[in-house]
Amino acid sequence: MTTAEGTARQLSEEAALRIYRTMATIRTTEDRIVQGLNAGQFRMTYYGVRGQEAIPAAICEYLRRDDYMVTTYRGMHDCIAKGVPLDELVAEMCGKVTGTSKGKGGPMHLSDPQSGLMVTTGVVGGGLPIAVGLALACRLRGTDQVAVANFGDGATSIGATHEACNLAALWEVPLVFVCQHNQYGEHTKFADFTRTTSLAERFRGYGMAALTVDGNSVVDMAAAAAEAVARARAGGGPTFLECMTYRLGGHTFGATTEYMDAAEMARAEAGEPVSRYRRWLVDELGIGADALSRIDREVLHAVDAAFVTAEAGAGPPADELSTDVFSSQADLPR
Amino acid sequence: MTAQARVANTDRAADPVHTMSEAVNQALDQAMADDPEVFLLGEDIEDPIGGVMKGTKGLSTKYGRDRVRNTPISEQAIVGTAIGASLVGMRPVAEVMLMDFFAVAMDQVANHAAKLRYMSGGRTNVPITIRTSVGGGRQFGAQHSQSLEAWMMHIPGLKVAVPSTPRDAKGLLTACIFDDDPCIFMETMSLLFTRGPIPAGRFEIPLGRAEVKRAGADATVVTWGWQVPEAMAAADQLAEEGIGTEVIDLRTLVPLDRDAVLDSVARTTRLVVVHAATQFAGPGAEIASMVSHELFGRLSAPVERLGARYSPIPYAAALEAAHFPDRDRIAERVRAAVHFS
Repeated sequence: MTTAEGTARQLSEEAALRIYRTMATIRTTEDRIVQGLNAGQFRMTYYGVRGQEAIPAAICEYLRRDDYMVTTYRGMHDCIAKGVPLDELVAEMCGKVTGTSKGKGGPMHLSDPQSGLMVTTGVVGGGLPIAVGLALACRLRGTDQVAVANFGDGATSIGATHEACNLAALWEVPLVFVCQHNQYGEHTKFADFTRTTSLAERFRGYGMAALTVDGNSVVDMAAAAAEAVARARAGGGPTFLECMTYRLGGHTFGATTEYMDAAEMARAEAGEPVSRYRRWLVDELGIGADALSRIDREVLHAVDAAFVTAEAGAGPPADELSTDVFSSQADLPR
Repeated sequence: MTAQARVANTDRAADPVHTMSEAVNQALDQAMADDPEVFLLGEDIEDPIGGVMKGTKGLSTKYGRDRVRNTPISEQAIVGTAIGASLVGMRPVAEVMLMDFFAVAMDQVANHAAKLRYMSGGRTNVPITIRTSVGGGRQFGAQHSQSLEAWMMHIPGLKVAVPSTPRDAKGLLTACIFDDDPCIFMETMSLLFTRGPIPAGRFEIPLGRAEVKRAGADATVVTWGWQVPEAMAAADQLAEEGIGTEVIDLRTLVPLDRDAVLDSVARTTRLVVVHAATQFAGPGAEIASMVSHELFGRLSAPVERLGARYSPIPYAAALEAAHFPDRDRIAERVRAAVHFS
């Protein structure tokens, strides 16, 4: 029996359905955003996550609410999986005062400390050193919390990533590096920005456990996440997960995909993780299609409600412009 | 209040005399003793080195290597790690060995530390302090001598403190550590081993309060850091010529003690802003603009600025000396302002 098969058997029906609900919520939210943007219903900068849903959905099954997560501008799926309330998340993306950051952060800077989603950075690689600090805080305080840093393959060419990985391994902090290897760094193919073929191999060189996982397989991701999170929680130090996936769209909403291979994209679309997991739940776990359809309906209702609530929200009042710069407005230059 | 009364009486004979580096050390020691959430990280800060400028000497021995952590030469990781730990309430004090190396860490400083409170709508904050040594006047060349406070001041969300005495170093560093916002604490190398009285025990100077170092009726010199003693020496020269120079040490650039500057210049009607940072687009421009605007029509001379010349910092001693302001050039500018007609 492989580890993956073992995990699949360990994955209770309840957990398996929770993961499905998370993935469906991510997919439905993205569909609703794309629909709204196409219709001119609202404006936002949006970096699509279609195709990457399985990764955070599986990982978060092994995280607690008090574990910390850092993600990037392509991170809405991570936020949803970590438990950021959908209403507030959508409101933030729409720039409303009812959003997680009162409309002052936006889609590239989502955070919700109550859910443990501490930072969404718009700078490639910028979140990794911060994740080391979150993990270090857990260690210094003697808790068994862990931190997770999400980033793309594009972030593996920037210095901050290497500084963070070296330091995390050196200090053995409770951290899981989750490289969502979606084959593109912005508008450039992976093979066009590095000669490395295995990121796991490269990052293993820093002295930490590192492995390549099928990031579109919930079962494989769950197995890898369970092991990495358990290692971190037990004081065994960081893990680098190279989660193989595919970005089923351009860099950002409305951006060209002409540099992406059409046949490759079609293959990836055919194997996209939400449908794949749905089939697996039916075929391998024997979940009834009606049970999944019920979840789909509930998710659709929740997502619709989140957009209705968000659109009803007001924009931040003008006096919010100068609050939250410092702890006290008295310190602002005049 | 007379001008004389505004001059802070900081020379308390009863206070023991120490170097500024020892003052930094005392502030760190006291903060670590007072608060278990305070920890230090940086290059070579553990004993036996104790920091290249000795600011952390003895602290890893006293508090252990969990709380006083040597790092690799990785400024992005040093600052980023401090940010991460601070997001959940710890109070890290990071050391960036030289201010020039902020160039390496600037994404963490400017895009993360400065902005996370705002971007989270106030739901997180970054109570870190970044200590850094500032060179200049020591023949360390173009990459080890820069005063880069204007970079910091230009990014909304960062506080900037620059002590010129051991007493201020202890008081301001303590305030920075316990402040809820990211603070850049600039330790001027040429002042780190000058001596002065320091109050024992926990001692804090609120951020945003300038100090009038010397009263004078004819002109105001606003300065900070290593140019404070130069301005004081210039004021001595000028006093012999019958020119009264009021010297204001801003001590913190953000928050800026606007009232202290405006009150002084309203009386003297002449201002020279002096700093080791490059004059062009330097911090002095902001202060000059503020004074020109607020006191328009009440000034007896145009506001003067004296900063470093527009060049990378040269190595050769004579060229370096010509690059930075000094007491003679400060005195010249004050004289010119007083004799302006």
